[in-house]
Amino acid sequence: MTLYALSKLMFDLNRDDAVKGQFAQDREAIVARYALTEEERGAVLKPDIGLLYVLGVNGQLLMHYAGLLGIEWSDYLQRMRDGVKMHGPVRAGIYALTSSPDEKVAG
Amino acid sequence: MSLVFAGVCSHAPGITGRADRAPKDLRDDFYAGYERMRLALEASRPDALIVIAAEHFANFFMNNMPSFAIGMSDGYEGPIEDVDWLGIPKRQVKGDAALSQRLIKEVMQTVDLAYCEEWKFDHGIMVPLHFLDPDTKLTIIPANINCQGPPLAPLHRAWAFGEAIRRAADSVPERIAVVGTGGISHWPATPDSGRINEEWDRDFLDRWARNDRAAMLAYTDAETYADAGQGGFEIRTFLAVAAAARGKGHVEFYAPIPIYAVGCTAATMDIA
Repeated sequence: MTLYALSKLMFDLNRDDAVKGQFAQDREAIVARYALTEEERGAVLKPDIGLLYVLGVNGQLLMHYAGLLGIEWSDYLQRMRDGVKMHGPVRAGIYALTSSPDEKVAG
Repeated sequence: MSLVFAGVCSHAPGITGRADRAPKDLRDDFYAGYERMRLALEASRPDALIVIAAEHFANFFMNNMPSFAIGMSDGYEGPIEDVDWLGIPKRQVKGDAALSQRLIKEVMQTVDLAYCEEWKFDHGIMVPLHFLDPDTKLTIIPANINCQGPPLAPLHRAWAFGEAIRRAADSVPERIAVVGTGGISHWPATPDSGRINEEWDRDFLDRWARNDRAAMLAYTDAETYADAGQGGFEIRTFLAVAAAARGKGHVEFYAPIPIYAVGCTAATMDIA
C-alpha cells in the first residue's frame, strides 16, 4: 500500500499550493506526514527521479513532481532511464519501460 | 436544443509546452488542423461546450475515483500545471451550474456519475481550450472518464456515457457542443515518451470515422496497453464522442510528432 501513500504525496504537491509552499520550506516535515518506506522517503528527499519511476509512481504524477523541482524535460527522461539501469525494471503500475534504457526515443 | 458539434483532439502537454521543439512545418500543419476545428465549432454557435477529458490527477485520485464525472459550477480555473512548463497562461473559465445540473440529471438516467462543484483544469482540457477557445469566450462543462487509475470502466460503459451525453444534450434548449480529448497511442511521461504506433492510430481512426461501434469496442485494455501504451486507454473519450454524435468522422489532421509524445489528432464528426 505504500506506493499509494507515495503517489498521494505527489498528488497533494501537484494540486495544493499550500503543500507546495511548505514543501519548499521544509521537505522532511511534509514527507513525514505520509507512511512511506525508507526507500521511498529517501527517493523523494534526494530527489531520485529514477528510483521513484522504478517504484511505480504514475508518470502523470512523476512528470509534474520533476517539473516542480525544475528538472528539464530531456533531463527528466534521462533520469528515468538511469533509474532503470541502476535499480532494475519498474516494479508496479502501468508506466513500465518498453524501450531499452539505452535508447532515446524522443527528447 | 440539441447537440450541434462533435469533435476530438489531442491534449498532450508537449503540444504547447514543447511547441518549438517540433519541426516548424509539421507543427504549423497541426495547429492549422486545430484552427479548422475551431472554425467549425464556432460556426455551430454553441451555448456550451462539453469537454470529455481524461484528466491526470488534478481532481480525482485513487482515494475516491469516479469512472465518470461532470462539472457543475459557474466557473473553473486552469491550468493546474506550471504555466511556463505548459506554455499556457492561467485563466478563469466560465461554467453554467444550472445547465450542468439539467444535463447531469438526464445522464443519470443511465449512467451513475460523480458531479463536481469544484474542478481544476489540467492540460487535458487546457491544451484543447488554448486552440479551440483562445479568447476564453465559451461556457465550458467539463466531463471526465477515468483513464489513469485502473480498474477502468469498460469501453462499452464509455460508449454508454457518450449516449447519455447525447440524450442529455437533446433534452435541453441550449445548443451543446462536445469535444473529446486524449490519445491516441502514446507512452507519455515515461522514457518511452515519443513512441507512437502510427499504424494502430490510423486503424483506430478508421474505426472511429466509420463510427463502427463493434470495431471500437473490440479492443481489450491488455491489447491497448501493449499496442498503444497507457495513453491508449484514453480512446474512451473518442468512443464517447462517437456514441454521442452517431455520424461519420472527418480527420482534419493526424501525424505522429514524437517530441509532443503523441499521434497528434484533430477531427470532427457529423451529428446524426
